[in-house]
Order: sequence, then C-alpha cells, then structure tokens
Amino acid sequence: MELQTLTYLFVGLSFALYIGIAIKSRASTTKEFYIAGGGVHPVVNGMATAADWMSAASFISMAGIIAFSGYDASVYLMGWTGGYVLLALLLAPYLRKFGKFTVPDFIGDRYYSDAARIVAAICLIFISFTYVAGQMRGVGIVFSRFLDVDINTGVFSGMAIVFMYAVLGGMKGITYTQVAQYCVLIFAYTVPAVFISLLITGNPVPQFGLGSELADGSGISVLEKLDSTLVELGFNAYTEGSKSTIDIFAITFALMVGTAGLPHVIVRFFTVPKVADARKSAGWALVFIALLYTVAPAVGAFARINFINEVNETKYTETPDWFKNWEGLGLIGWQDKNGDGKIQYRAGAAFAGKPVFDDDKKGASGERIVTNTSTDSANEVYVDRDIMVLANPEIAGLPDWVIALVAAGGLAAALSTAAGLLLVISTAVSHDLLKKKFMPHISDKQELMYARIAAAAAVGVAGYAGINPPGFVAAVVAFAFGLAAASLFPAILMGIFYKKMNKEGAISGMLTGLIFTIGYIGYFKIISPGDNVAANWLFGISPEGIGSIGMLINFAVAFAVQRVTAPTPQHVQDLVDHIRVPSGAGSASTH
Amino acid sequence: MSDQDKKSEGNKAVEKGSPQDYWKANLRLLGKLLAIWFVVSFGFGILLEDTLNAIPFFGFKLGFWFAQQGSIYVFVALIFVYAKKMAALDRAYGVEE
Repeated sequence: MELQTLTYLFVGLSFALYIGIAIKSRASTTKEFYIAGGGVHPVVNGMATAADWMSAASFISMAGIIAFSGYDASVYLMGWTGGYVLLALLLAPYLRKFGKFTVPDFIGDRYYSDAARIVAAICLIFISFTYVAGQMRGVGIVFSRFLDVDINTGVFSGMAIVFMYAVLGGMKGITYTQVAQYCVLIFAYTVPAVFISLLITGNPVPQFGLGSELADGSGISVLEKLDSTLVELGFNAYTEGSKSTIDIFAITFALMVGTAGLPHVIVRFFTVPKVADARKSAGWALVFIALLYTVAPAVGAFARINFINEVNETKYTETPDWFKNWEGLGLIGWQDKNGDGKIQYRAGAAFAGKPVFDDDKKGASGERIVTNTSTDSANEVYVDRDIMVLANPEIAGLPDWVIALVAAGGLAAALSTAAGLLLVISTAVSHDLLKKKFMPHISDKQELMYARIAAAAAVGVAGYAGINPPGFVAAVVAFAFGLAAASLFPAILMGIFYKKMNKEGAISGMLTGLIFTIGYIGYFKIISPGDNVAANWLFGISPEGIGSIGMLINFAVAFAVQRVTAPTPQHVQDLVDHIRVPSGAGSASTH
Repeated sequence: MSDQDKKSEGNKAVEKGSPQDYWKANLRLLGKLLAIWFVVSFGFGILLEDTLNAIPFFGFKLGFWFAQQGSIYVFVALIFVYAKKMAALDRAYGVEE
C-alpha cells in the first residue's frame, strides 16, 4: 500500500475511534461536563492526564529540540516532569478535597473575593488560548505533510473532531478519548524509537540504547560519537550545552512550577473519587508521561546522528527523498555557498532568518533557491527542528506503516491537549464568569448550554489561530508557563499552606507577578526582540525562565501586603483546616 | 514497611493525634521528599552536572544521565512513596476517607 493510503487508513481509524467514544459518553449534567461525574479511576485519570499534558510540543517538537541542543534541552525533560512532583505533593490532593469544579473556584472561595476569581479566570483563559493555538498548528503541519492536503483543510478537520467530543461530551467525553489517544500516541512514539535504537545500537530499549555503543563495531558509544562529531563540526559538545547554569536553573524551575499551575492539568484531578486517588493518580500520570519523556532523549540523539550521517558532505543530487520533501514544504533550506554541490553541515546559522524561497526556481544542483542573505558561517543548511520526530522514521528508512503511525500519533497528541484546554476555557466562561458572577440565576441546564456554546466558540478561535498563526505563537509559549508560574501556582500554594494569607495579599501578589512576567516576556519577545540576548537579561535569566522570578515577586508582595491588611476571616481559616485533612471529602459539588 | 512500623502506627491510630499533629507530620514528609526532588534535578542534573560528568555510568556521563533520565525515574518514585506514606498517615491519625 502507498504511504498516503496507509496514513489515511491509520488517521481515519483513530478518528473513528474518537468519534465513537464521543457518541457513547455524552454529558447530560454540568457535573459530567466539567469533571466527568467525579468517578474516574485513578489509573484511567493518570492516562488521560498524560495525554492531556503531552501536546504537539512534547510529541513533535521536543525530541527535535533535544537533537539540536543536547544537554540544554534537559530543562524541558526535568521541568515538564518535575512539575508533577509539586502538583502531587502540594496541590492536587487539597484541591480535590476542596471539591469544586475549577481553579478560579478555589481562588475565589479561598480568598473570599470575586475579584480574585475573575483575575484567576482571566489568567486561565489567557494561558489556555496561547497553548491551544500551537496545537491546532501542529494538526495543520501533520495533515499537510502526510495527507497532502493544505494546512487549512487540516486545521478544519481537527476542529471538527475536537468539536464533536469536547462540545458534546465535555470532560466525560474527553477523558475516555484521551485514554484512547494516549494509547495511540505512546505506541506511535515508541515503535519507531525501538526500531531506530536497534538499527543504531542493537539494543531494543531506547533508554539503554542511548548509553550503548554504536552497532558499527567502532566501540564508541552513542554519546561519545555525538560529542566528538559535533565538536569537529564546530558545535558545543552534545552532553555539555551552551546555556549558563543560572539560566538552566531558572528555566527548569519556571517550567516545573508552571506545569504544576496549568489549569487544564489541575482540573483533571477533580475527576477522581477520593483524595487518596488524586495522589496516586498523579503518580500514574507521571509514569505514563515518563514512558515518552525517557525515550525522547534517545530519539533526539539518534536523530542527530542519522541526520549528520545522511546529510553532511552528501551531494544534493544524492540526498534521500525526505530531504527534498521537507525542502518542498520550506522546512529545510540549502545554499551551496562554496559551489561544490555538496551539503556542508556546520555550527552557526546558514543564512539570516527562516528560509525564503524564490518561488519554485531551482539552483545549479536542482535545489530550491533560498534568497536570504548568507552568513559567514561554513554551514549551508537550515533545518526546522520540528520536523525531526516526523522525519525520523523516513531518515532511518523504516517501513511506511511506521511513518503512517507517527502521523496518527502526532494528531492524537495535538487533539487530546487541544480538547483539554478548550474544556477549561469553556468552564471558566460558563461557570466562573457567568454562573458565579454575571448570571447567578441560570439553571444547571442553561449553564451546560452556555458551556457548550463557549466550547464551540473556543474551538472557532483556536482554529482561526491555527490557520492564521500570529507570528509570535512560538514565542508566546513562554507566556503560558511563565504566567502559570507567576500567578496561579503561588496563589493556590499559599491558599493551602499559609492560612493567614488574605485576599489583599493574594490579589496584589497575582497582579504584580503577572505584570512583571508579561512585561519582561513581552519586551524581549514582542516589543524589542533584537535586545533578547544574555547581556540584557535580568540576572542572566532568559524570558523562558523569568516565571521563576515572577513567582518570587508574587510571594514577596503577597506577604508584605498581608502584614498590613485585615486578617483572613475565621470561616476561611476553617475552610483551610477542612481541606488539609482528607476525611469528609464527598464528591465534587456546585455549592 | 516492617512489622514494627505497622505496630507503632496501630498505636497512633488508637491515640488519634490532633489535626495539627497530622499536618506537621505531613509537612515533615513533604520536606524530605522535596529535598530529594531538588537534589536529583537542580543538584545532580544542573549545579553538579559538570562534576558528576567525570563519573561514567552505564555508558552515560552521570550528570547528563541525571538531567535526561535519572531525575525523571526518581520523580515517579517520589510520588508513589508520598501516596503510600500519606495513606499510612491518614490511617494513623484516623482522617482517611
């Protein structure tokens, strides 16, 4: 069978499965729509959380980032897993005990303030929209590369599927589709990794393959080979990296805290029956996440080795098909600077910016002509890091069905995360803003209707952002984590662990943390990207890591303000005592 | 867990310490586990990475291994240890659901 037919088959089957589940698990009450009725088994919830969490960024982009930045990429590996320790130990069990539907619910009740609730709801909506735009883009890329349709058609198909199960099924539909999506995505990620590990090292377990010797009989290990080859080509050693220690520290911290504060992840722990289940469920979520996250470093390292072997010093006319395919999509570009017809891959950018092509005009070797200004670097090739996972099976020469499987896996990862995000957006609108503030008298049925309308509208906005990605989408991902770290995480943490924290302290902490973080990231990423170099950074911390400082500012301001304002009322202190012990939890409720 | 531990927990269950004691015991456990969380990631994986890289570990440099593999395994273990110890604590203080 042709690759494209196979891909249609795999993607079609997986979509049929998701729709089938959606139809079977329609939500009929707000409780089912918001938290799947509250009776999800902890292992099932762990699996759903893993799919909810692992997005197009984890599945498609992360291994590519690891491949091209080696040790520096550890910030994502540790940051995006270590956050679960914080979530499990500091937040999830207590929020489950609190027993409401949403994160702004907790903040509004704990800080006895609608202003706090609204600030939290707005943070949540902003964080989630930044995140969801990237998912829809991921869907578009997979469709356009593997199904040969244009990106818009791809995004529309993705929107239609998410609409089906998020709008109809709510959390109940999402939970069970996410379980199916996890199975699809982990299988799709692991199968090619095992094949490639076998090919390169002879060891079928990628986690061990990464530490093994190459199978070519040279007696050199994978990492030694990478270190020495990269240094020869002018790069930093793979295992050493180039970021400063303080920046690595700050980014890792911001990602951990940001992960723990992401509302679409937190809300998954409201769906389990008991406090003890919330603790266990976080452990299971991390087991399922770790299955991908410990394989990713191996995938990245193998991809870099394969890429160098296949491309460096190869004549353009003799490059494999995948090279030309991705060049056709504009994600690879080559300028034959020395005119030898061969591709030289070296450290440094080949030319300024992303490749701009002279339509379909061909150069001397038949390559697409790149019109960007060349740099002085001996490097001749531009490669978009996002293609590595998708191209990996082709680069390694794996059978077509593996490639088709990867396409289905990438879609599963993007769709499962998009659905989770759309759900918290719609909940924030219908529950936190409408029911709790602006339209308190609507019935459960009406609230459910507004939740569906909000979900549908959010799907529309997300789709629009996928089709017309604002130029700064990639840049603003730092926003999602930075803002979660600087606003929601500290407010929730103090709400549980510091009984005396009052509404004045919490609100001023959230606002200063937010404003500082938005200002810093906005300045370096949007207003003045030219200044975004280490010399200009505060304490040498990049915009990706600044959420850590935002968090500290939040704490400092909150404590200072709390000291000079009215103490927390007794009934709120009693509420904190109540959430600190598991007994008497009952199931989540509206009142 | 040894029989001795189980026995002493059983005794505690009879006494049923106050919610304040339960909370303090919880905080002590959190402190220990978060110290490990910090040491394996920020310690071994970042601050001491260069030093530990001098030590070979199953084909890896040890610091690099902690940064890209080891810390993740420890994180998983930490959460399950936490869940188990908290369940024991809940029973000992009679606050389980």
